[in-house]
Amino acid sequence: MKTLKYLSILLISLLTFSCSSDDEINVINPDELTDLIKIKELSNATHSIELYSKNGKLEQGYNALSLRIKDNNDHYISNATLSWNPIMYMTGMQHSCPKSEISKTPNKETLYNGYIVFQMASHGSEYWGLTVDYTIDGTLYSVSETIEVFPSEKQRVTTFTAANNSRYVLAMIAPSEPKVALNDMVVCLYKMENMMQFSVVDDHLIKIDPRMPSMGNHGSPNNQDLTQNADGFYHGKLSLTMTGYWKINLQLLDDEHRVLKGEEVTSEKESSSLYLEIEF
Amino acid sequence: MVHFMNMYKNIYWLLIFLGLSSYSQESSTDSLFSNITLDEIIISTHEKTLDDQHTKALSTLDEFLDKSPKINMIKRGGYAWEPLINSMATERTLITIDGMRIFGACTDKMDPITSYVEISNLSKADVTSGQQGNTHGATIGGALDLKRSTPRNRPFGWNGKLVSGYETNNQQKIFGGAVGYNDSIFYASADFMYRDAENYKAGKNIEVPFSQFTKYNISGTFGYHLYQKNLIEASVIYDKATDVGYPALPMDVSLAEALISSIKYERKQISETLENWETKLYYNSITHTMDDTKRPNVPIHMDMPGWSDTFGMYSKLNGNHRRHRFSANLNAYYNKSVAEMTMYPNNPNEQLMFMYTWPDVRTFYSGIHLADDYLLTDHSKLKISFALGGHKNEIADDFGLSSLQIFYPDMKATKTRFLKSVSANYLLNHGKWNYNFGLAYGERAPSVSEGYGFYLYNSNDFHDYVGNPYLSNEKSWEINASVHYHSTKFHSKLSANYFHIQDYIVGKVDDTVLPMTIGASGVKRYSSLDYATIFTMDYHIDYHFLDNFKAETLLIYSYGQGNDGENLPFISPFRYTVSLGYSKSDFSSQITASGNAKHRNHASFYGENQTSDYIIFGLSAGYEFLFNKTSLGLKAGIENIFDRHYTTFADWNNIPRNGRNMFLNVVFEL
Repeated sequence: MKTLKYLSILLISLLTFSCSSDDEINVINPDELTDLIKIKELSNATHSIELYSKNGKLEQGYNALSLRIKDNNDHYISNATLSWNPIMYMTGMQHSCPKSEISKTPNKETLYNGYIVFQMASHGSEYWGLTVDYTIDGTLYSVSETIEVFPSEKQRVTTFTAANNSRYVLAMIAPSEPKVALNDMVVCLYKMENMMQFSVVDDHLIKIDPRMPSMGNHGSPNNQDLTQNADGFYHGKLSLTMTGYWKINLQLLDDEHRVLKGEEVTSEKESSSLYLEIEF
Repeated sequence: MVHFMNMYKNIYWLLIFLGLSSYSQESSTDSLFSNITLDEIIISTHEKTLDDQHTKALSTLDEFLDKSPKINMIKRGGYAWEPLINSMATERTLITIDGMRIFGACTDKMDPITSYVEISNLSKADVTSGQQGNTHGATIGGALDLKRSTPRNRPFGWNGKLVSGYETNNQQKIFGGAVGYNDSIFYASADFMYRDAENYKAGKNIEVPFSQFTKYNISGTFGYHLYQKNLIEASVIYDKATDVGYPALPMDVSLAEALISSIKYERKQISETLENWETKLYYNSITHTMDDTKRPNVPIHMDMPGWSDTFGMYSKLNGNHRRHRFSANLNAYYNKSVAEMTMYPNNPNEQLMFMYTWPDVRTFYSGIHLADDYLLTDHSKLKISFALGGHKNEIADDFGLSSLQIFYPDMKATKTRFLKSVSANYLLNHGKWNYNFGLAYGERAPSVSEGYGFYLYNSNDFHDYVGNPYLSNEKSWEINASVHYHSTKFHSKLSANYFHIQDYIVGKVDDTVLPMTIGASGVKRYSSLDYATIFTMDYHIDYHFLDNFKAETLLIYSYGQGNDGENLPFISPFRYTVSLGYSKSDFSSQITASGNAKHRNHASFYGENQTSDYIIFGLSAGYEFLFNKTSLGLKAGIENIFDRHYTTFADWNNIPRNGRNMFLNVVFEL
């Protein structure tokens, strides 16, 4: 009898404990949002989608974003599947931009994450809309709202037509906090299949040549050109010998090392037509 | 002061200033040898010698040093010349002030240690060659120890001095004064010196713009005798130079400031065997600020401040036992060197461009030096010395470390080295002849710039230099010999040094790296030659005749080459000085001719071009009025009488040297 009594007390306390902790996660979860600032909530009748990033705003270029789904009882949904579609509404046309899929963030309870590469900023009557479709327990929901994309001070993304007449979008992912050091450099490269479809470009080569136009076009040593990794992004090393404004001159080469875009920097040719910028 | 000139140190003669007083204080046996391997430059007029009546009493320290046969001075302008000992520059030599280690704070060597003192602070400068200079740390070329003046050796009571001078060439105005007190319980002294010079004029009356300088220096010493045999002494020097032009460089200096302080404890006659035990703690701090705001057409304005702080100590024991005279010296220092560069883009909306050119490098050195002079016979002696030091560099700043990791991705923040030195000299006295023969081995660690410099622009060869933390220690094998003949009227000395330096550190062009400095033609990375050889030889004679006349000749030959067959930079061509002096009672005068041969062995590979031969003449006279207890010394002279326009191998970017100069020095002693 006694054993049973103790066992039942133990069971009850365990249940209570686990329930209460579940509740806590849904109500407040301080760890979930470490280093994240809310950008916006997108709401419909049943849910609101919270959009987060490190700096709390959407910017032209690559944006790493986190999302949460909250129901009307302030409970966060942790078993949804999501997809999204950003659309730029311009006066004469509409187009989308490169984006990732949305997946559950590892080691987090309620967060989902993905990225969007806005190739342009919101501008007057030209604006971005974001639609998020999500499924919870087999039911499909959707929410759609206008979002504001701020222009970036320096060129973090570039859209261009290459020698093969294809259009590409190239955006800098890292360094997000550049240092006077040998920085890891990561960019993503997309080919524009049509106005709404962008596909990851494989097996190309991106040559880099960082320069400081204000220092007589000083260039830095030991840079490593960018090649594609398993994650689909292009990785390399970017050396920055001092703080200030750097123009990262680029050349895009295809899988057969034909130059698709950009020129080599020489004493006559001060910069490439394909470039990104960093200032710190 | 003089007798610490110990026995274990070899002793070189100097050409003009015969330190006659120095060996009068040595023990009689040692006096046979003491003059053999030390170059002693008497600076203060307190310890008067016959010959320093000829000198320009208020010369800058640089001018005093320039007269030594072992020393050449690299000139980047009218101020802060860089001493070369045995044709080797700062990183291969050891410059100390009373044994204290001090390191300049300028990445471009605009502030050698000698620029932070004044002649009023000093009584003399000891130049030791090669490993004979290893007492206070590691060296290759030799050591220069600047000796503080002290009232301790002066007569009891008050003393004072006022000096003033004027030079026509650069309108240099000199004012100074000193006051001292000495008695059996304590002594104290204070002195100050002020110099203010405008641009100097090269020969043919051509003004050299940006060669002005202003310098203030004050110093003080206080000593207290504890009991009879013990002594505590505190000493401080504050030196500040402002508005210093460097015509050979693209930048000037708005401030070069040093605080040099020490406290010393000395015990004398501890026992029969132990003569003297001296322990000193010291601290010095240097701030150096470069300035380009006065230069026209700078491509980009930049600030380049540098700081160097050093804490250190040494403890030195001297003694003798039977036929041995020995010494042991424990020494340590900790230096922090930081230099940064901020460039202001022409577009004011752009972020400032910032880098560490010395990435907060901490150097910790501790070492031991042991020496013994063993009297083999009454006329021959063996001097041996041994030194071992641990040398650790650490980059304390992450920003700086990651900057250098651009070049050396795997480099660590710390690097430890061991530096060894050993030397042996055999000295033989044979009547009027003295012979010296020595062998030595020594090592040095790379300097902060050589190890950790980041885009340091050298305006002499138009390259940005990048340090290399993986450099091997430089290792020097050395042979030295001298023959000295002296009679009452005739002295003659021939001395020679040969250095075989393994892993000789030089900058090598790296084509793969673009320069940082606007207008620079490339980047050099510090690396090592397999070896280099340096040979220096000097021959000095002086001859007294007809009671009042003295003729002197000094001939110096140097040679330096790397294993690649390229000449090394800053190796002097054949140079000479000839002088004739006349002195009678309180009057003295001198006529001098000095010159260089054409620089045939110039180092074109390292950016040097050939300088022509030249000869210049000088004339000076002095008279000393003696009153009851005071004296008034007047010295006047003309340098470069014929206003020759010339430049030498040691002039950075071939800036011309001073043209005709007339000077007047007044020294009033109380």
